[in-house]
Amino acid sequence: MSPRKAFAPRPVPALGRPRRAKLPTVAERVLPSGLRVVAVRRPSVPVVHVRLRIPTAVRRDADLARAALMERTMLLGTAQHSQGQLAEALQGIGGSLRVSGDADKLVVSGESLRGDLARLLGLLADVLTGATYPKHPVEGETARLGEQLTRALSQPGVVADEAWLHQVFGAHPYGREHPTAEEVHAVAPASLRTAHRRRVVPDGSLLVLVGDLTPARALDQVASALGEWDAAGGATRVPSVPAVVAGPLLLVDRPGAVQSNLRVGGPALGRSHPSYAAAEIANALFGGYFSSRLVMNIREDKGYTYSPRSALRHSSATSVLLTSADVATEVTAPAMVEVAYELGRMVSLPPTEEEVAATAQYLVGSLALSTATQAGLAGTLAVLLAEGLDVSWLREHPAALLAVTPSEVHQVAQTLLAPAARISTVVGDATRIEASLGVLSEVVRA
Amino acid sequence: MPRASVTPLTTYAVERATLRNGLRVVIAPDRSAPVVAVAVYYDVGIRSEPEGRTGFAHLFEHLMFQGSASLSKMEHVKYVQSSGGTLNGSTRLDYTNYYEALPSHALERALFLEADRMRSPAVTEENLANQIAVVKEEIRVNVLNQPYGGFPWLSLPPVLFETFPNAHNGYGGFEDLESATVGDASDFFDRYYAPGNAVLAIGGDLDVDGTMALVHKHFGDVPRRAVPPRPDFDEAAPTSERRAEQVDLLAPAPAVALGWRVPDPADLDAYLPYVVLTSVLATGDASRLRRRLVQDDRVATDVGAHIAFMEDAFDVRNPTALLIEAHHPGDIGTDTVVTAVDEELDRVASAGVPADELERVSARLLSALLQGQDHVLGRTLAMASFEQQRGRAELVGELPALLGAVTSEQVAAAAAALQPGARARLDLVAGAK
Repeated sequence: MSPRKAFAPRPVPALGRPRRAKLPTVAERVLPSGLRVVAVRRPSVPVVHVRLRIPTAVRRDADLARAALMERTMLLGTAQHSQGQLAEALQGIGGSLRVSGDADKLVVSGESLRGDLARLLGLLADVLTGATYPKHPVEGETARLGEQLTRALSQPGVVADEAWLHQVFGAHPYGREHPTAEEVHAVAPASLRTAHRRRVVPDGSLLVLVGDLTPARALDQVASALGEWDAAGGATRVPSVPAVVAGPLLLVDRPGAVQSNLRVGGPALGRSHPSYAAAEIANALFGGYFSSRLVMNIREDKGYTYSPRSALRHSSATSVLLTSADVATEVTAPAMVEVAYELGRMVSLPPTEEEVAATAQYLVGSLALSTATQAGLAGTLAVLLAEGLDVSWLREHPAALLAVTPSEVHQVAQTLLAPAARISTVVGDATRIEASLGVLSEVVRA
Repeated sequence: MPRASVTPLTTYAVERATLRNGLRVVIAPDRSAPVVAVAVYYDVGIRSEPEGRTGFAHLFEHLMFQGSASLSKMEHVKYVQSSGGTLNGSTRLDYTNYYEALPSHALERALFLEADRMRSPAVTEENLANQIAVVKEEIRVNVLNQPYGGFPWLSLPPVLFETFPNAHNGYGGFEDLESATVGDASDFFDRYYAPGNAVLAIGGDLDVDGTMALVHKHFGDVPRRAVPPRPDFDEAAPTSERRAEQVDLLAPAPAVALGWRVPDPADLDAYLPYVVLTSVLATGDASRLRRRLVQDDRVATDVGAHIAFMEDAFDVRNPTALLIEAHHPGDIGTDTVVTAVDEELDRVASAGVPADELERVSARLLSALLQGQDHVLGRTLAMASFEQQRGRAELVGELPALLGAVTSEQVAAAAAALQPGARARLDLVAGAK
């Protein structure tokens, strides 16, 4: 099906003149409790979003299960509402509240229809100050979370991610994201209330509101609704991260698997680092978007995989770069060769001007698209502000990306993508892939 | 907690035109952020692929990214991304779409790129072989190597339906995929990708007149071709329960899926009560099935209810289904789960939904629709689909009020139609050690 002769190639139109997004106007107040509140008007649809970030760390591996269970049980009842009453109240304002978290923090997210912000904040306050963790519902949710974790840990991609994290961080809380069902069952329900008192504290926390709201009024509404959230305590941080030591490839056996899940990566730079823009371009150009070298190579040229990708992942104490590809079992070793080849190219040679410019434009556009919705802006602002950055980053970072040179990308790639600190994990059918992987590098079994 | 008459709504002005080659165009300006979205919907999907060519509609979607008259392989993707845009395509039961979201200064480029492949895609033997390999990996990662892969969207249709278009696996068998030829691709394009069989939707930061001029400039000379008649895929609904069992060797716990035929989505008055019913049953912790199965009886760990096999209630034509899916612990019998579902359906059927509950459900549905509209791409995709399947892109703003008007009696009647004797039931047996 070659192009029909009648249609000669035509020139691709040039781009027009870019129109700048308006930087959001941010209203801010710190409440007496230490809670920092930020409100942004974005009336694109008649909805408001809230994002509350509480910097409370999982300090020890043993606390992971309790933290996970707390996230799942915080909405099971309060002094004023049963689980059902709380759920109905949220449903009635076109809203929801969700609790999530990781080793660094708890996040409570929610939204409501425009006119119901005060009610949403009232329900949020009720949860923060009065969550009761009632025994019977908690027991039910414990069993349910256990079942869900068993299902999650049956997914090969999840197994691969967990194995890679453990290889990088060991027993540090960053070394895993999912507790096991057994660990969750071992958590004493009564310990959740104590943990809530200790961890759910306003001092050092951040509340971002974005949507069809009036910022000054929204700040007043927060001050009024959350005024009684004054639990003592402050932010906690994870222990410092151990030095990453490169080692042999870790092979996790999954008998009969028709694919192998490759995970390759190492330490990276955070958003505050002066070379972050160059690092972001290096990652994207290598494997972070569809036009990247890795996708062109192992998907569009070789057909080894459907969705290879590389991403920078940030935690409060460190950042990592993780490259992932799920490949057909029979091309496991050849795919690893190509990943290593593309990493080697990034380290050995500067990319072209054209590649860097294209990647910078992609990243600038992606940031604009991701902050063009209420929910996207709320999430992005919450991350930036919690990291100590300012809303002006939304203007400064695109400029920084567009100013990055090929030699800067090359330079940052020397450490970011260097073989010396690289850690590799493969989940797959060991009987079919161990020998061929063993020819490439030392292999140890999980 | 009455909330009468405060329901906030949005409206989007829609300009429309039909080009001489038959291409239908809808344009919806919204200048709140400097981004635009472009979507092309071809009125052909999984149901139209011939026997022996399962998975071909989806494979062809991949081929549309492999080059065209003015663009070599991957140039389409690179032009979009180096303009700061994102892109993708998807293959559904009744349509195949291609779309971009970009900074608004890249609008003309996006229109050019879509027009070029509508005019003349270029598929080579090499690119076809490459994309067959990629699609096989897509199927492995999403189905074959994945616990619960394809459950129930691939495995329930052959239980509920009897005819090939509705029952077959839309991802395709490997044998069928491997036997696809460049000639098949050429035939498929000629038959189904005529401009008169497509809708072009453009939304966001744009000037309507200027954009319409660009549409004429780039799409105007795509040759007019015959538009294939759209087949009626309707078939008889079950008159007794149809059951099957699927052993999943990777799954650690069992699950069950139930499916019932629903009225033709073209008839919104008859169809929308079923949409509201799914929300009554399983959206949020206040929903009927979540309360009964998960919180009270604790016979299920997760339960969901939705319409259409690809969970795209407003993007699907007749015939389609209302689906209820539950995951449950291995020590709970599947019949226990199904009995609880039936009892809850009976409760809605016999007593309806109290006014305050229906109001809450409406608020939640409204909020979800508004949040979906907030993204220029989500809004533009919805407009394209509404225009193609219903001739009314404006429904994107009108739907909340229509859903809000559904009555308790209508929801009860919908629930009453979901009888055991009219459904398909698929038990997933956990086979993982």
